Order: sequence, then C-alpha cells, then structure tokens
Amino acid sequence: MTDASYQVDAVHRTQTDASGLLLAADGTPLKKKLREALKVSRRRAFLLVAPLLLFIMASFVIPILLLLAQGVKDSTFSSIMPESTAILSEWDAKSDPSEEMAAALVADLISAKATDRSLATKVGTRVNREVSGAISLFKKTTRKASKMEAPFLDALHATDKKWKDPAYWKAMKIASQTITPAYYAAAVDKKYLADGSFVDQPEDRQIYVKLFVKTILVAGGVMLCCILLGFPVAYLLAHLPARKANLLMILVLLPFWTSLLVRTTAWIAMLQSAGVLNDIFVWVGITTDDQRFSLIYNMTGTIIAMTHILLPFMILPIYSVMKAIPPSHVRAAKSLGATNWTAFWRVYFPATVPGIGAGGLLVFILAIGYYITPALVGGQDGQLISNFIAYHMQKSLNWSLAAALGGILLVLVLILYWLYDRIVGIDNMKLG
Amino acid sequence: MSSLPPYTTTGQRVWHYTFLFICALIFIFLITPILVIAPLSFNAEPYFSFTDGMLEFDKDAYSMRWYRDIVENGMANPDQPTSWPLFFDWLWKALSPFHTAPPSFYTDTWENAQWIRAMRNSFFIGTAATLIAVTLGTLAAIGLSRSEMPARGAIMSLLISPLIVPLVVTAAGMFYFYSTNFNPDSWLFGNPDADRWILAQTYAGVILAHAALGTPFVIITVTATLVGFDKSLVRAGASMGAGPSKTFWKIQMPLILPGVVSGGLFAFITSFDEVVAVLFLAGPEHRTIPRQMYSGIREQISPTILAVATILVILSVLLLATLEMLRRRSERLRGMSPA
Repeated sequence: MTDASYQVDAVHRTQTDASGLLLAADGTPLKKKLREALKVSRRRAFLLVAPLLLFIMASFVIPILLLLAQGVKDSTFSSIMPESTAILSEWDAKSDPSEEMAAALVADLISAKATDRSLATKVGTRVNREVSGAISLFKKTTRKASKMEAPFLDALHATDKKWKDPAYWKAMKIASQTITPAYYAAAVDKKYLADGSFVDQPEDRQIYVKLFVKTILVAGGVMLCCILLGFPVAYLLAHLPARKANLLMILVLLPFWTSLLVRTTAWIAMLQSAGVLNDIFVWVGITTDDQRFSLIYNMTGTIIAMTHILLPFMILPIYSVMKAIPPSHVRAAKSLGATNWTAFWRVYFPATVPGIGAGGLLVFILAIGYYITPALVGGQDGQLISNFIAYHMQKSLNWSLAAALGGILLVLVLILYWLYDRIVGIDNMKLG
Repeated sequence: MSSLPPYTTTGQRVWHYTFLFICALIFIFLITPILVIAPLSFNAEPYFSFTDGMLEFDKDAYSMRWYRDIVENGMANPDQPTSWPLFFDWLWKALSPFHTAPPSFYTDTWENAQWIRAMRNSFFIGTAATLIAVTLGTLAAIGLSRSEMPARGAIMSLLISPLIVPLVVTAAGMFYFYSTNFNPDSWLFGNPDADRWILAQTYAGVILAHAALGTPFVIITVTATLVGFDKSLVRAGASMGAGPSKTFWKIQMPLILPGVVSGGLFAFITSFDEVVAVLFLAGPEHRTIPRQMYSGIREQISPTILAVATILVILSVLLLATLEMLRRRSERLRGMSPA
C-alpha cells in the first residue's frame, strides 16, 4: 500500500455521516462499535472469573444458605406424622384436644412404627425440645399404639396421664410447623408458643444472649490487647533501619506462619499449672508451689492464646500504614513548637488510625468466630458461640438451632465485613 | 531511633529505653511459646513441663523417644530391626515399579503409624486443594484485574468472603450440604435403589472445602502482583502475532509467578493448618496432622504432640525463608531495590 492510498484510506475510515457521528470502516457509528468491543472484553473478563464464581457458589455460598434455611425449617414432625400435622394446624391451641387429633396421632404412630422403629423416637426428640418428657411419652405410646381402640383420646389418657396435659399437644402443634421461627427465637432466648406469641425462656435457660455478649466482649478484649501490644511493635519496626527491622520482622512473621495447633499446644505447655510460666513465678517468688495460678482452661487462657495468635494480624496493617507516614510531618510539628507528646498525639497518631482500624476490624472479625482455641484451652467458662454451634451440630444434633445461632453470628460478621470493605477496602487487604 | 541525638533530655532518654524494654517484652511474648516447645519435646518423661533433671542439664533427662513415637505409634509390629541401609533398601524397592516393597519396619510405619498417615493425608489434601485454588484463583484474579470487569466490587467481596465467614459456620454448612445425596438418579428420577453419593467423610469433601478456603489468598496475592503488571507487554506480544494462550504463558505468567506461588503457599498452609472443616467433614481415616494434634490435646496429652509441633515450626521457618526469597525476587524484577 502506498503512502497516498493509505492516507485516502484513513480519511475514508474516519468519515462522518450526515448528523456528524464518526463512522467505522463498515459504516456503523464508531460509538456503537466501541460498545460492541467493550461488551466482548467484558464478557471475556467475566468468563475468566466464572469458574471460580461457580465453584464458590456451589461449595460455599449455597451450603451456607441451605444451612441458614434449616434454621427456619424443620420437617421432622410433618414428614413422619402427616395426618396429625394436618389436624394440628387447624387446632386453635386453646380448646381441649379432640378425638380426631388423638385418632390421627395413633394412626401416625402405627404407620411410623411399621416403617422404622426409630422414627417415633425422632418425633419424640423433636417434641421434647418444646416440652421435656416427650421422648419417653412417645416411646411408651408407640409401643401400645397398635392395641389401642376408639375412643382414642381415652386410650391415650389410659396409657399415660401426660396426654391430659395440653402442654404436650401444644408442643406437638409447634413441632408440626415446617416453617417455624422457634429456633431463631430459641437462639435469642425466647420461647415460641403454640398461639404464635413469644415469651422469655425461664431464667436458668437463658444462655445464648449472654453467650453472644460474652463472645463480643472477648473479641473486643482481644482486639484491645492486640492494639496495645501491636502499636509499639509496629512503631519500632517502622522506625528502625531496614536491616534491623527485617530481622525483628521475622519474630512477628514466624508466629504468623506457625500452625494454630502448634501455638495452642505451646500455650498449654506455657500456662498449665505445672507449666513454664508458673515455674518461673514460683522460682521468682511471686507465688508458692501449692498456690500456682490457674492460667489455662478458663477465660484467661483463651484471651492470652487468642491475643498471641491474632497479634500479627494487627501488627502488619499498622506497620504498613506507619511506613507510609512521612517523617517530615512530625518534624514540622516539633519545629512549630509542639512537644514530643503533642507531635505524637495530634500529628502522628491520627495518621495511624486507618491501620489501627483495619487491623482492629480484622482481629475482631477473626476473634468473633474463633473455635479451636476456646475449645482446647477455654475449659468451661472460655467457650464461645462457635463452640455451641459445633456442639449442636455434632453432639446434640439440633441442627436447626445450630443454624439459627450460626445465622446470627454470620449476620454480625457480615456487618463487620461490610464496614471493613467501606473503611479499608478489600482490595487493600494485605498478607505477610 | 537506634542512637539518640546528643540534645535529648534525661526524660526522653528514660522514655526511650522504657519503650525499647516494652517492645522487647512483647517480642518475648510473641516468640517464647514457639521456642519453648523444642526443648520440651526432648523430655524423657511423659510430661508437658520441664523436669528437675532437664533444668540441671542431666543427659538422661533428655531423649528422642517422642520423635521415635511419631513413626511408631499405631504400628502393628514396632520391634522390627531399623537402620539406614534397611531404610534405603526399602525406599529403593518401594519406588521401583518392578518390585513390591518387602514387609519391613518401614512398610509398617508407612501404612499404619497414625502420625505418618496424618502426614500423608495432610500433604495429599493440601496439594489437591492448592491445585484447585491456584488454577481457579489465578484465572479469576486476572479477570478481576481487568477494568472492564462488570460488578467487580460485589464479586470480589463474594470471592474473598470464605476468609471472613466464621469457620464453624462454613464447616457446618458444608457438612450439612455434603451429607445430602448428590446422585442425580435419585433426586432427579426418584430411583430409590440408586447409590448414595455422599461427599461428607470422603477425601473429596475435605479437598473441596479446603480449596474454597484457600482461593481468597490466591486472589489477594495475584491481584496485588497484577497491579504492578504492565498490560502493554501483552499488547506488544499480541501485536507481534502471539495468540492469547502464548501471551499468557510466555509473558504474563512468568511476571506474575511470584504472586501465584505465594498465593499457592498461603492456600497450602491454610489447608495444612485447617482443623474445623476436617473435624466436620473427614472420617477417621482422613485425619490430617492438625486433626491428629487436636484429638491428641483433647484425649491424651503426650509429648509426641510437642515433637510434631517442633517439626512443624522448622517447616514454617523454611516456608518463611522461601517467601522472603520470592519477595526479594519480585522486588528485584520490578527494579524496586538494587539486587
């Protein structure tokens, strides 16, 4: 192509139409062409992300959503006892239990027993969560159900006097609801009643609100300890010459890279009553051999170990913020007559607040969901909300309550995560 | 900071040294627990604390028995002869495709010892999870760093969320989900005789869980390296006739490799260190090292845990050194600091 023809071609390419819009070679407006090209590259970018998005959706988001749904859904009773469920839903929970309800109950129990002997116990366990004594009642009734004859209400009363108590029928009405607020209510220490109202749990069974408050306090305490311990170290690291700072940085990064279990084990060795710390205390004379401090298997142990484990998450963000503060600011303040303290408190410290905020939020978020350390060194009073979720998931098998507790914890964490994103930005999250 | 100028007052001097003293205490707090487990792991007695003999540096108070316990605990017959020549003979035959390894101490250890099995599980699960996390995470990070990416912020926060959501909630959700039957023959066509496809209590379940937990690290590190990546290099390659896959492997990949590798290391460590998902999802034969330590601490505290912990600390020192090397390499490549 010669020079001249190229120029002609270029003129031809950038021709305009009647309204003055720039046109591409094939006559379409340039704007439209650009939009198409952007659309293609947008689709390409999305296709790169799509596999991971699908994976995270399938293996992370959907499982958690299903678990949360389990918190408001319980079909144990309604799937095993279909006839009773239908009749109980029409019952107003005020009038006396009717003969039809009794007949449906007996029929359901007979068919459940025919399918699988353990089903009646399952139903009993479900009803037992609303009123105690239901497991044995259901076992007993199922055993005798096949021999019962009409009128069934009297037959039930003859089997066990508990059936005269409307509490058991009300409990069955609550259990028969497939979609129920009972578990979320239980997670905030409320009791869901058959007539649809909520009352406080009895005093001795109010544990979860206290537990949430305790978890938040522990997380806050750990965060505070981390700020107090992390700030001086970050300051020192940021102001030492690079070679020394790098050397000391290893002391921060080594714990960061060491296994959580190793560090928890180490703290057991340090803090137990025959442990290193108590040995030193006895040797120095702070305490005597028969009055060693109990530093572990309680709240103290949990807070010490969690602070140690989370401290690097605090030091690193504060350090990187401090590195970016120009030293001339403090010098300028001092030259203008500020004392050391004023220069630090009015000029230097405000500039470090973003780092403290980032580290603090991260530590708080991680601390609020901690499970392993409290489980191993927490003893009785060091257990946090996560431990109860695991307990209901694995031991008591009350998955719905675990889901409700988990749902509340998740909402708490997501609010903090949103805050973190607003204040720090996830893009600015740094590692190591 | 290190040397005080001559005009400092006594008060400032005192404050300066107090500050250094406080920092020293905090560093001691950080590092002592990790250093203390090493001498304790050579304890001759089955205690977690220093015996009088150890404090007096009595030779008999120290022993290697807990390290030996790592390879022997759970073996069918720990009394067989052991020696380095026997070990190399076994290794040679075990690796060679034409022989089957003879039954010996080492076969017994490899097959039966609890900690060795846990180590094999940890490495297997960690490697598989890391491969998934690195592949998907690197692709996603490249997509997310493009300015044209739609809904970037929302997708980014969704993909980072496995890092933030409490592990118990994640693990409980996965346990709940993986306990359901995935066989489409059963839930799609209602065939009651279809096999149950369950992911809970399999390697696959743990691997998928760990891969999901590891991806945020890969995304964070790779996105961070991509910030410093000059896109005109790819365009230059493309203008010279290289296709998308060639520009990716020959230009982009070598330059973002430090980010990919350190992301992979993070993902591997996450898997290697993770207990909660293993507690929920793994069966007894899929126990990893941290899971084994967890039950060790809960059930029978024996210094074997300290011996394992010491080995893990040595591993993390090596890892730290690797990461530091990677960091220096990437800084050198970007010309941020003289080599």
